[in-house]
Amino acid sequence: MNTAKVKFPSLQNKIKPEDFTPLAEGYFDEENLDTEEIGYWKASWQRLKKNKIAMTALVLIVILILFAFIGPLLSPYTYDQQIRGDEALWPCLKHPFGTDRLGRDILVRCMVGSRISIIVGLVSAVIVMIVGSIYGAISGLVGGKTDIIMMRIVDIIYSVPEILLIVVIKMVISEPLDNLIQTVPAFHGLQKIGSGLIAIFIVYGLLYWVGMARIVRGQILQLKNLEFVTASEALGCSRSRLIREHLLPNCIGQLIATVMLQIPSAIFTEAFLSYLGIGVSAPMASLGSLTSEALNGIASYPYRVIFPAALISLIILSFNLFGDGLRDALDPKMKK
Amino acid sequence: MHTSRYIVKRIILAAVSLFAIITLTFFLMNLMPGDPFMSEKATEENRAILIAKYGLDQPVYVQYGKYLINLFQGDMGTSYVLQKGRAVKDIIFESFAVSMQLGLKALVVALICGIVLGCISGLCKDKLPDNIIRVFSSLGISMPGYVVASGLMIVLAVNLGILPVTYNKPGGEIMPIITLALYPTSYLTRLTRASILEVMNQDYLRTERAKGMSEFVVVFIHALKNSLIPVITYLGPLTASILTGGFVAESVFNVPGLGRYFVTSISSRDYTMIMGVTIFYSALIVVMNLVCDILYKVVDPRITLD
Repeated sequence: MNTAKVKFPSLQNKIKPEDFTPLAEGYFDEENLDTEEIGYWKASWQRLKKNKIAMTALVLIVILILFAFIGPLLSPYTYDQQIRGDEALWPCLKHPFGTDRLGRDILVRCMVGSRISIIVGLVSAVIVMIVGSIYGAISGLVGGKTDIIMMRIVDIIYSVPEILLIVVIKMVISEPLDNLIQTVPAFHGLQKIGSGLIAIFIVYGLLYWVGMARIVRGQILQLKNLEFVTASEALGCSRSRLIREHLLPNCIGQLIATVMLQIPSAIFTEAFLSYLGIGVSAPMASLGSLTSEALNGIASYPYRVIFPAALISLIILSFNLFGDGLRDALDPKMKK
Repeated sequence: MHTSRYIVKRIILAAVSLFAIITLTFFLMNLMPGDPFMSEKATEENRAILIAKYGLDQPVYVQYGKYLINLFQGDMGTSYVLQKGRAVKDIIFESFAVSMQLGLKALVVALICGIVLGCISGLCKDKLPDNIIRVFSSLGISMPGYVVASGLMIVLAVNLGILPVTYNKPGGEIMPIITLALYPTSYLTRLTRASILEVMNQDYLRTERAKGMSEFVVVFIHALKNSLIPVITYLGPLTASILTGGFVAESVFNVPGLGRYFVTSISSRDYTMIMGVTIFYSALIVVMNLVCDILYKVVDPRITLD
């Protein structure tokens, strides 16, 4: 071997004995992730599992959901129950978060408040996803004048400061909604949710989907010119089937990533609204209204502010961190 | 697309948006149940007189036309409830002066802190300063304004007693400014960090290093210049965030600004005030967005639009 090396140095130098040793196990794992053998979802899940921050956030979200949905069932008190003799207690064994002026257990009220925050986040994400992707898909697919007009509408809604309009719209539709719920028997079931929350959902459905619609349209425009779409069109595939079976599945990753980041922003807005007193109506508790009620006695009863304020931050933080991780996992191209 | 054509198109779009906002706000306000004189201890007769005086008995489209004409002349009507008989325009300008003073300070704080922290974070990627800054910026974008406000209140005012709770005492501005600036600072930090990381990988910087330029010139003159461009796009949302953040910050700290006024006018159904403030704030935000978009295009000709 040594003689050969001297004879053809330029050629032989590149080949080393190490080159013939077997590769370490798992050497190709990184590359294999994106191949079809593993599949998109599994590959994304493996990437997500490696992200410690995102996984911690996921665990936190699960714990928070249990806290919000199972918690109230386990508590001996209800959120609107006024316990005589237990008024204005500091945190103690009987009431871990203390009680308020009327003797209501703050732990249960916080649980119910978290439940509202999480419901608002999830439901509005679903609304945004449905409205935004349908609108964006139609606009991108049909193209031409329809696309231009639809996108101008999006531009206009996009430049409207949504918080201001939410405040106005919410004020307007709250009372008619209340009447509707009380008079029409079919809507009686909604009474517990309250008109405030429904109004928030309606407003999200009207205003919040525009970012989503833009993303979906962009994706569709990219996909539209690919061969497989032309092929299925040539085979007589209908428009709606094309959207459902070919286009949406191909941009679903980015859709989910965007929707996940929509959740904390919706929760943020709900907290803001209920803090201003235009969210849920009493005696229902939301983390925002709990904080604003407690703010007057902040000097003597700081715990009444601290618990709901910390909870809402924790909820938004975990959804934010998980959303970031999910985006990186589902769409590694987008990772900076 | 030519820059000038883009600018014209963008201005038209902004005008249409603004018109849409005005129309929407007007008709929504008209749909509101009840009238502003419901709480008034007046007989039916007197209420009818009041309603007639403010033209609320006319058909909606007449009221709308009148409102538009007056609006273009800078007249937003008079406040019905809060400061009876005073022109909405005057109330807005008077109280917005306070909000603007506070908001501008918060804006400057957010811009400086956000860009500096973002640069440090991006340049020390994955080292200790970066990790610390990232933890704080993640926290910062997860705390609603009232959480920040009440946290500051508990720690700085109640427990330590170093800052006054109300706005008009010396040092009273500090807490509202932090409340307003925290979210945009954190957002800007993340934005600047991502942008710096992207720019640092680009070929032109490698060329400069290869040419023997000092690291200082490469980073602080050439990299920074390009990585700050995305920050411009955030100026519009930044303004919106500080304006709406004012609703909470001003209410909590008793700042006599427009934000607090807006909140009280909602609960007292002061139609003309709500409409006036909504339109005024929307106009500010739309104009800010317009300026940013145009600036963005002018600063960086590489950007292709649409």
